[in-house]
Amino acid sequence: MIRINTENYRDEAIKGINDPVLQKALADLQVRFGRGTAEAYRNLPEGPGLRRKAHEIRMKAVENLDILLERLSEKIRARGGHVFFAEDADAAVKYCLETARKHNVRLAVKGKSMTTEEIGLNNAFAAAGIEIAETDLGEYIIQLAGEHPSHIIAPAIHKTRSEIGLLFSEKLKIPFTTDPETLTRAARKALREKFLSAGMGISGCNIACAETGHITVVSNEGNIRMSTTLPKVHVAFMGMERITARLSDHDILFRLLSRGAAVQKMAGYVSYIGGPRQAGHADGPDEFHLVIIDNGRTKILADEEFREMLCCIRCGACLNVCPVYGKIGGHAYGYAYSGPVGAVVTPLLVGINRAKDLCLGETLCGACKDACPVDIDLPRMLLLLRSKLADGDSKWNAGRENTGEKMLYGIWSEIVQRRWAYDAMLGLSREGSRLFTGKDGMISSLPFFLQGWTESRDMKPPARKSFMRQWKKLEKQRRVK
Amino acid sequence: MNNNRKVTLFIQCIIDGIYPEVGFAVVRVFEKLGIGVECPAEQTCCGQPAFNSGYRKDAKQAAEHFINVFGDAETIVCPSGSCVNMVRNHYPELLKDDRKWLPRALETAKRTFELSEYLVDVLGIDDLGASYGGRITYHDSCHLMRGIGVKEQPRKLIKKIRNAEFVEMYDSDRCCGFGGAFSVKYPEISTAILEDKIKNIISSNADVVTGCDMGCLMNIQGILSRKRLSIKTLHIAQLLAGESI
Repeated sequence: MIRINTENYRDEAIKGINDPVLQKALADLQVRFGRGTAEAYRNLPEGPGLRRKAHEIRMKAVENLDILLERLSEKIRARGGHVFFAEDADAAVKYCLETARKHNVRLAVKGKSMTTEEIGLNNAFAAAGIEIAETDLGEYIIQLAGEHPSHIIAPAIHKTRSEIGLLFSEKLKIPFTTDPETLTRAARKALREKFLSAGMGISGCNIACAETGHITVVSNEGNIRMSTTLPKVHVAFMGMERITARLSDHDILFRLLSRGAAVQKMAGYVSYIGGPRQAGHADGPDEFHLVIIDNGRTKILADEEFREMLCCIRCGACLNVCPVYGKIGGHAYGYAYSGPVGAVVTPLLVGINRAKDLCLGETLCGACKDACPVDIDLPRMLLLLRSKLADGDSKWNAGRENTGEKMLYGIWSEIVQRRWAYDAMLGLSREGSRLFTGKDGMISSLPFFLQGWTESRDMKPPARKSFMRQWKKLEKQRRVK
Repeated sequence: MNNNRKVTLFIQCIIDGIYPEVGFAVVRVFEKLGIGVECPAEQTCCGQPAFNSGYRKDAKQAAEHFINVFGDAETIVCPSGSCVNMVRNHYPELLKDDRKWLPRALETAKRTFELSEYLVDVLGIDDLGASYGGRITYHDSCHLMRGIGVKEQPRKLIKKIRNAEFVEMYDSDRCCGFGGAFSVKYPEISTAILEDKIKNIISSNADVVTGCDMGCLMNIQGILSRKRLSIKTLHIAQLLAGESI
């Protein structure tokens, strides 16, 4: 049920690179959001250092999850809500399906949620014959097209206006148009009908609060508010790490989240939900269910070196600055989470070997760290994942990925400790390179694993005499003088 | 005035093996300043290739070798932001569980400087009396800028070069797509990123692109050469030494 396609990173990346529509969309996105976010952090009244404070808030919450989650569930249960702790994706999906069946739900409306993407909820509902209608405009578009989101916040950036016009004319039976207002109106009309007839509303959770016992969800289209208040039953999904101790923490985190996600001071709609409709409330669901998902997070929590990843609030800011994401797009990452966050979290969730290309296929430029609203050191963890692939790690069921490479580095490490051996290696590579050097003095075709370089680039061959060799000769001459 | 000052050079492996002329440009820069240079004969590589590929045990051996070779040097200067980032930020991480090596790593890290950083921040010099007749643009290498926070120092130095015009390229701080082994393992992605960099270099109308890391410059030079473009790549030391190759 869960779509994991991390093995095809390279092929999907090449597909993305060769798609001119996607290339333009990604470039526009990165200019608009990537640059704006850095500016927005600089303009914070507290300065960009607030990101460090947010990091501490998140880390403290992550280290006290047991207490915080218990407090949250107590408060929600006291208001008549249901809380279910799901060990894995299957348990979470099963719980939601059973709840839907109990209420004879034929149609559910859903606000944008990457967690439900992670657990494959839509496919499971489809298989059970229950319709889930995505209500975020971007998600709605790609659902109509039968695709998957390519960006955490902007799921349909890979689609053009005319593609959407064609799609709407086919699926919503409206005359073809590329006018955004007409298209949005058509989607709005179709979605309103869904909201009013749905038996269940499904949402994610941006950040929960233990002190007050509620979850918070944000959107810019108001669709989450409608999904969570109109239907009789509301099921919310949250990753078990998405909680803070105090309400005052939310102020900092939501300001940063909004800046990181969409260069906004605050998202358009912020909903605080603590249970079903209470006596005297004008609206809200009769039943409220909160599904708290582990699905591999306990394992991340248990590893001190990766625990920091649980600070992530899934804003997508790192995608908007990443040079690799900016070229290959979101689909190449093969799972719910794309970009730098996906490159670290996906291997941890689905298996390091299985998702090896995600952590190897990054440049380590560090732009993601600077863009992160909670200052997560993603490059550090990318490097750490690579070390698991290099040497294997039983704790993560990771096997050594490349014995040949391991051997080469083993030899290399012996060589770099001895200058005479290093000189000999340089000499060999120089002699070898002669075979490949052209008339212009450049190498335009390299063999074996170096072939990748010369597919698009030339290379200057090693010098006849290395710097150190020339230097030593000069030193000798100086001494003679 | 700098008669007593002496620096110990760590010549990055790419410079040592492929671009020795850059190493000599660094030497000339210090000669101009009357500062003596030493180059420990046993130096090889900082270990970053192994570290970035995940082979930490092997990287650790290279790190220990580096610390042994440079351990006694008062000031270590390296014409590569990436190597300095390795020594300053990754050695302590690599050796964090090693009681014997960690203090030495931290001590060595404190005494290791990138070339432009050393000239501007430590010596307080931005004018090397260099001259270059042409338009120069500058590429911010990632580990130099984000790793060790060096951004303005190279610009200060370039702006003082006589007869030269400095032009900022668009997105100068965006990765060139090199990424070490990444460039060979994922050439399609690497090239796609590099193509953007080349577009920005061309749009700047510069005749030379400079930087503080030969890794990036080798990457940029590689595609410029393949495309038969006449824009030159020069390490900042070559410009500061007054060379116009």
